[in-house]
Amino acid sequence: MSLTSYFMEATYLIASILFVLALKGMSHPETARRGMFMAEGGMFMAIVGTLIGAHIITWGWILVGLTIGSIIGIWMALFVPMTSMPQRTALSHAFGALAAALVGVGEFIIHGAEMGVVTRGALGFEVMLGALTTTGSLIAAGKLHGTIPGKPIQFRGQNAINLVIFLVMTGSFVYFWMHPSVIAAFYTMLGVAFVFGVMLVIPIGSADMPVVMSLLNSYAGLAAAATGFVLGNNVLIIAGTLDGFSGLILSILMCKAMNRSITNVLFGGFGSVIAEASADAGGEMREISLDDAAMQLAFANRVIFVPGYGLATAQAQHAVRELGELLEARGVTVKYAIHPVAGRMPGHMNVLLAEANVPYSQLYEMEQINPEFPSTDVAVVIGANDVVNPDARDNPNSLIAGMPILEVDRAKSVIVLKRGQGRGFSGLENPLFFKQNTNMLYGDAKSTLSHLAQAVQHV
Amino acid sequence: MNPAVLIASVYVFALAAFLGYQVISRVPPLLHTPLMSATNAISGISLIGSLVLAGAGTSHVAHVLGFIAVTTATINVVGGFGITDRMLKMFGKRKDEGKKTAAAPSTGASK
Repeated sequence: MSLTSYFMEATYLIASILFVLALKGMSHPETARRGMFMAEGGMFMAIVGTLIGAHIITWGWILVGLTIGSIIGIWMALFVPMTSMPQRTALSHAFGALAAALVGVGEFIIHGAEMGVVTRGALGFEVMLGALTTTGSLIAAGKLHGTIPGKPIQFRGQNAINLVIFLVMTGSFVYFWMHPSVIAAFYTMLGVAFVFGVMLVIPIGSADMPVVMSLLNSYAGLAAAATGFVLGNNVLIIAGTLDGFSGLILSILMCKAMNRSITNVLFGGFGSVIAEASADAGGEMREISLDDAAMQLAFANRVIFVPGYGLATAQAQHAVRELGELLEARGVTVKYAIHPVAGRMPGHMNVLLAEANVPYSQLYEMEQINPEFPSTDVAVVIGANDVVNPDARDNPNSLIAGMPILEVDRAKSVIVLKRGQGRGFSGLENPLFFKQNTNMLYGDAKSTLSHLAQAVQHV
Repeated sequence: MNPAVLIASVYVFALAAFLGYQVISRVPPLLHTPLMSATNAISGISLIGSLVLAGAGTSHVAHVLGFIAVTTATINVVGGFGITDRMLKMFGKRKDEGKKTAAAPSTGASK
């Protein structure tokens, strides 16, 4: 090995250590940023090490690629609004996975003939996962952005067709593995994997996106790890595995937070079924006037805000923070209750509220805050529905039975901010809205919240 | 791949998986979005594989594939780290607490 190769390997080792330290820093908001600086440093070193040690012959393509990539990357980093974070992340998964898949195809073209059994297996795995994650993430990004309808797209025999596609994909993988000389098998696998990614995500509704995002995150990471096996490169294995496991852990957490299995999320097509199971809750929804609502809030001791995806669509994060601050100035204790699957990706609500300068000490997780609802005067639900549906707890026949919820209905009174009278995304009736102590406030969450803030000032 | 290298790689994979599980299960839900964005940027390390493909490969097809891979992986790395940092900057403490620790890292915490 030449000296430059040793240098390159050393930068990889340091990068690996820095990546792990960076994720360790993520355990607390105060150390997280420092951790990310380490990861950035590690990445930079690994890139420099590669450019010096990898016997680069042609520089043109590399420099152009790095430049274009950096310009687009910087543009994304600076200008993508926080409300678009889910689709940005999905797009990013697509880019990462595409890079892994293309590296695999390149390896196949150059070294395909001389690969051993294990390398070939890893290569197939890399290309397959990379390809399906690319198209899957693009569809997810399209759904999150609204370019593709968020409702599940389903048709008769869908699961059967998907099964056939899956079998063709894995079949050509196995065939390629056994008979490396049959180039067609490799490209069939690649093509079918692209199709499978699309088919995998179109039947999934937007409300299940937190799980899908986490899974795609995991796949993208595992594809990178497989690249590491193909190239015999440890830093790729380590970084890819860290990403893969992070995504896996998040998917499990998200599934638990909905009391559903991963198979159910992927193949259940949740959200398309109109809920026969939920009986008409009966009674009527009571509307409350802005002034009355403001009065209730202003004279409360404890108020908990419960944000949902509606907060994101209405971009109401700043408005709720203003209202919260006005209430605090009057001596009201204000907290925010965050359900793990509120929004469209893990931690979505936390990021939005942080953007609006809500201190993180006011953001509470479900387990922490649930015992506090009975002693809360007013719980304000902002564009959340299923995560506060008491049917999940009380009605064993409900479609979402067993899903852990924020027990808003136990608060002394509840104000629900909602766009209209229609049912939520899942089509489920929500008995919370019909309860004695619940009042509805219809309209756009952002303008309702700012009007509430004005009204509170005049109390 | 020779067997010794393969076995070493499997060790690395298993240990990284274990370490990843330990480290990541300590990340609070508060930071799950930045976590996803950060791990995604880190897995953009496949950039180094792309660099080799684009620069050291001999065939023309490999150069083109490598070029596309370098571009998308760079978007992932630069965009991913940039946006993670932008998110983490926003996670601030209370304004009065923020002033006490007005040292360098928390500049963005209290606007």
